[in-house]
Amino acid sequence: MSTQLTPILTRFWDDSQSWTLATYEKHDGYKALKKALTMPPADLVQLTKDSGLRGRGGAGFPTGMKWGFLPPPDGGPRYLVVNADESEPGTCKDIPLMMAAPQFLIEGVAITSFAIGCDHAFIYVRGEVVHVYRRLLRAVEEAYAAGYLGENILGSGFNLNVTVHAGAGAYICGEETALLDSLEGRRGQPRLKPPFPAVAGLYARPTVVNNVESIASVPPILLEGAEWFAKMGTEKSTGFGIFSLSGHVAHPGQYEAPLGITLRELLEMAGGMRDPSKRLKFWTPGGSSTPMFTDKHLDVPLDFESVAAAGSMLGTRALQIFDETVSVVRAVSRWTDFYAGESCGKCTPCREGTFWLKQIMERLEHGEGTQDDVDKLLDICGNILGRAFCPLGDGATSCITSAVQYFREEFEAGMHTPAAELFPPAASMLFAKETVSA
Amino acid sequence: MNTDSDPNYGVVPLPDTEPYPDDVMAALRVDAALIVARYPRERSALLPLLHLVQSVDGYVSPRGIDLCADLLGLTGAEVSGVATFYTQYKRHPNGQYTIGVCTNTLCAIMGGDEIWASVSEYLGIGHDETTADGLVTLERIECNAACDYAPVVMANWEFFDNHTPTSTKALVDDLRSGAPVAPTRGASRVCSFKEVSRVLAGFHDGLADEGIGAGPASLAGLNVARANQASQPAQASKVTRATQAMDGKTTK
Repeated sequence: MSTQLTPILTRFWDDSQSWTLATYEKHDGYKALKKALTMPPADLVQLTKDSGLRGRGGAGFPTGMKWGFLPPPDGGPRYLVVNADESEPGTCKDIPLMMAAPQFLIEGVAITSFAIGCDHAFIYVRGEVVHVYRRLLRAVEEAYAAGYLGENILGSGFNLNVTVHAGAGAYICGEETALLDSLEGRRGQPRLKPPFPAVAGLYARPTVVNNVESIASVPPILLEGAEWFAKMGTEKSTGFGIFSLSGHVAHPGQYEAPLGITLRELLEMAGGMRDPSKRLKFWTPGGSSTPMFTDKHLDVPLDFESVAAAGSMLGTRALQIFDETVSVVRAVSRWTDFYAGESCGKCTPCREGTFWLKQIMERLEHGEGTQDDVDKLLDICGNILGRAFCPLGDGATSCITSAVQYFREEFEAGMHTPAAELFPPAASMLFAKETVSA
Repeated sequence: MNTDSDPNYGVVPLPDTEPYPDDVMAALRVDAALIVARYPRERSALLPLLHLVQSVDGYVSPRGIDLCADLLGLTGAEVSGVATFYTQYKRHPNGQYTIGVCTNTLCAIMGGDEIWASVSEYLGIGHDETTADGLVTLERIECNAACDYAPVVMANWEFFDNHTPTSTKALVDDLRSGAPVAPTRGASRVCSFKEVSRVLAGFHDGLADEGIGAGPASLAGLNVARANQASQPAQASKVTRATQAMDGKTTK
């Protein structure tokens, strides 16, 4: 039988005022926190380990293990920082989650903070989504008023303050150490690791940095049990996750499903390709930083291991779907602009490399490439991958190397023919081309 | 003003600004103290303080930089170095409304490039430029995490989903004429750049309960799951059983 969707975090998004505490409590909200406060914190860490929950922000590191890396308490502060800086191109799951049901995150923050011995947690949300920031501020306010945050939570003696912090526009701040520097009031540039944040994070204190969806998954796991969670998904990629379909599909949107579902299954649920007569050409499994797939990969189970075995990464389950009307050179050229613009400038391979890649991609997009441009692209990518300070540099190369691997002839056509001639952009648009009258 | 001895980095030099009037300065210091109090270490307050400066000046002004430096014990160069790293901090006075057209790959291909070209031509301005009436600043923006609503346009960082060149031109016309404009997913109106900057500094405007929880695309999977559950109740897999256990009271 085919895989079924599992609406858990998304299950009451259509309630009227789904974002309020009252709605959340109607759907078992804060029952998990009440349970957590009766448990030894170490048991909460163990339960999260047992569930197999892996980070939902892209890297897939086991969440419970991350918590377990904190050194023993030394009397000083320890911090939880939630990475809500969702900016990876194609990724659009945390923003709707925080818009529709922010209390999942707030309860998860309270439970996680209790588990790791933290009394001040931060939610770093990107600044370009003002209504989501409002909803978070309001959610925290409601949670304080109900006694779920603040002093002596539910009579347990546990204290927790939560600060919701708005960023100011910088993709790189989604990288955890850049995020910490930004939260400290600095330019958001990545730090050298080690030391890892677990040892020296915010203000050089032990810190856990987790993605929104990871933390929001904690209350259901605690309520239903690690075994319940681990029964979903695959052996090594347990549980559910939100899959975000966008682009040339009939019904783009958020589909919460067990890990290991395939794009073929998801596409069927989403009504197929937007224009059924058009073939799927390429897609990203987890955002623009994950090597692209083609229609040969429709049956790759979307779990960490299977996607890696097929040459990409599960990333953020951001499935951007492009049909055969789209020039892969144009798509990659635009992503390359993005990486060049967002490179923080700290390390040479990324700062200089993306700058060069951008120029070559522009040439190829305009049909002005030179004989050796494709090889030069690959050569520069090879000099960035694994040599950059943080994953942004690696990510900048993924779309290029994978696109050349699958569509080299299109790049070679860039030596003489503009992409817009080979693939007229109007054919890919959602609306009919309009006559511009200024 | 700029003189020959000042370094010129190829940008328009900032105009000198008058010091804040006493009452404005007093209010800023009250707000700043509230912001600083949210953090264990005061420097963490710098990003929200810069949003606060923009809520008064409409950009990161020289006097605002001086104020932040003074409040946090930093130099102007340190504050400026932070401000110039982030794209939401404006180096010159911003329009009352920032219109951001997503031109990252997915939105661009779905029509964002066409929207950008048409609205840029319509307004006669390019990226990070402002109309002569000071009302609209146009920006090419990067992925704003709403790809399932592509092509996306943001007005003062509120979502305008599934846009077209025509709807975007209508949006800027309405904003410029003062007609009421409601985001697709957001508050009931588009607040001004300065008002939004104040929210981003962490001060509630009381609008959180306005608007919808989720748009149609956000509910796409939920609707499919409900339809499947209704049509094949006997075939519940282990996964749907798990879901039902999780949400027993509301299962059909």
